[in-house]
Amino acid sequence: MEALLAGIIASLTGFGVYLLLRAYTFPVVLGLTLLSYAVNLFLFATGRLTVGQPAVIGAEAAGYADPLPQALVLTAIVIAFAMTAFVIVLALKARAVLGNDHVDGRPVDGGEGGAVSHRGDAPEEGA
Amino acid sequence: MSQAVILPLLLPLIAAIVLLLTRRRVSLRMRRGINLGATVLELLAVLWLLVLVTAEGILVYQVGDWPAPYGISLVADRLSVWMLLITALLACCALYYAVQGTDSGSRHFHPLFQLQIFGLNGAFLTGDLFNLFVFFEVLLLASYGLLLHGGGRARVRAGLHFVVLNLAGSTLFLFAVGTLYGILGTLNMADLAVRVADTAPADVGIVRAAGLLLFTVFALKAALVPLYLWLPGAYASTSAPVAALFAIMTKVGAYAILRVETLIFGDAAGPLAHLIEPVLLPLALITMAVAVLGVLAAQGLRRQAAYLVVLSIGTLLTAFALGTRAGIAAGLYYLPHSTFAAAALFLLAGIVARGRGAMGERLEPGPAVPAAPLVGGVFFLLAVLIAGLPPLSGFLGKWMLLQAALAQPAMAWIFAVVLTAGLLTIVALARSGSLLFYRGAQGGGDASAVAWASGLAAAVEHDAGGGHGDGRRCDIEAPAVAAGPDWKRLIPVMVLAGLCLGLVAAAAPVTAFSAATAEALLTPERYIEAVLGGAAGEP
Repeated sequence: MEALLAGIIASLTGFGVYLLLRAYTFPVVLGLTLLSYAVNLFLFATGRLTVGQPAVIGAEAAGYADPLPQALVLTAIVIAFAMTAFVIVLALKARAVLGNDHVDGRPVDGGEGGAVSHRGDAPEEGA
Repeated sequence: MSQAVILPLLLPLIAAIVLLLTRRRVSLRMRRGINLGATVLELLAVLWLLVLVTAEGILVYQVGDWPAPYGISLVADRLSVWMLLITALLACCALYYAVQGTDSGSRHFHPLFQLQIFGLNGAFLTGDLFNLFVFFEVLLLASYGLLLHGGGRARVRAGLHFVVLNLAGSTLFLFAVGTLYGILGTLNMADLAVRVADTAPADVGIVRAAGLLLFTVFALKAALVPLYLWLPGAYASTSAPVAALFAIMTKVGAYAILRVETLIFGDAAGPLAHLIEPVLLPLALITMAVAVLGVLAAQGLRRQAAYLVVLSIGTLLTAFALGTRAGIAAGLYYLPHSTFAAAALFLLAGIVARGRGAMGERLEPGPAVPAAPLVGGVFFLLAVLIAGLPPLSGFLGKWMLLQAALAQPAMAWIFAVVLTAGLLTIVALARSGSLLFYRGAQGGGDASAVAWASGLAAAVEHDAGGGHGDGRRCDIEAPAVAAGPDWKRLIPVMVLAGLCLGLVAAAAPVTAFSAATAEALLTPERYIEAVLGGAAGEP
């Protein structure tokens, strides 16, 4: 189970970092989302992986599942969710104000295809 | 009296909620009054806390009365209160400038301003690593909104970089916190300090990695080389009062580095003692070298001020990296000076940009600023402060830093970089001052209204066309005062400069305070005992 979880966290982080380094805002936002998934799973694992254990230490229970990482993950999920919502709105606004979805506000040479594919239905409002 | 600790958190939170709820019902004038009143109240609360902490020592507030390693502790020691005081003073000045017109663009400026203070105060007060992460997020989310306040192309572009970088930083922070919890089983900083000494030899490497990861995150917030690239764009494109308030944001990173370095990875940490110091000193010196080149190369006053913020972070962290009592004390004296001076320069850049119309704050000869002798005089004072010329506070701070560096093996490097950076700062600021205030002073006061109109036209053009956006939109919402000095905007600049002069006048008590703070930081046993009480050392 440890190896599986470690593999999942590693691949999520790897894909997240790769997407974070892309030049257009949509993959960057996806990358941030994957990174936050990875870190949530990682926090979950810091309480050690236990199966079928109670969260409260009892007299007859053989062990316990550490409840603190679960509280931390909950907080981290809420924050990551809010931040993702914010960064999506900001990316849309940048698309509207700057006229394209490159992270520096200008499409790179020959990168027009990438820009077009993400233009989609961004609102065409002013600043 | 430990309830006083939570006041600097409750006041801005309540004020933010009130301002958010009243954003449609109450007039702007009234909300400005509420916000100013709340900010002054916060200053008074912090002053009260300062008196209590100097009299009674470290105050601890256990939230919800959960005992220390299990609940969240808020800790007010000398360092925390010092940072709170700087934040409160800065917030008053920045807000006074903002209510002169910058805040009218959006209804959410006032709640965001208070939430920013809430996040800053929380980050300085918390004694829990995960809670520090939460307060970082609070202050960052508020700062995203403030940074984008007023809109404009440059702000959106810089804001996108700022947000994405900081979200990546938050992820790293969580990885570091998770690793520390996984190995050491606690997140309370005092408890971490106790347990880090007993790390099993097999785990030392992992804890070291987590500690360095934490340092990376704090270095990103503090804008240390090579993680400073987000700062000049973000600070140069935002509105003047927001940039002034942001002058404290980099210091949050410096505070966190100092706190973690002295408390968790201090002398008592066994194999992990002084984890950060060997990396910190070279990085701080390189930061200064790079930043001073940016100061020289800047083509606008705001960008120059932004690089001066990076420069001051380099100086500050050089002082902290010495790790000695004298070094940390010098840093703690330099910290308020550099914050106030940088904030005043950002506000002054706003005044100059308003007064020069289309020229903005670009460092080119152009129409004269209204009341140029006065504004130029204030600029001169700030330049002397920032460059560190005697007899003002910048000089005193650097003097103490160099004196503390005398006994260090890296003395030659520190002297060379600090003194060369000081000289180049003088050159750069002298050039800026002469370009802005001496040359091309042909137009009189009447020219400024025309200049403003052309500035507005230029700004509209910028936003419509594909040209370089400059994000000046909310700074030109009203014409600059046609003649005579813009007193209402100059007052906060003068107050900030006056605070720096106050640091000179009250140098003896302030250095005594910072020396006592440094002493307390280097003996973290008292902090640990205050937080954990009798539970210290319990498994």
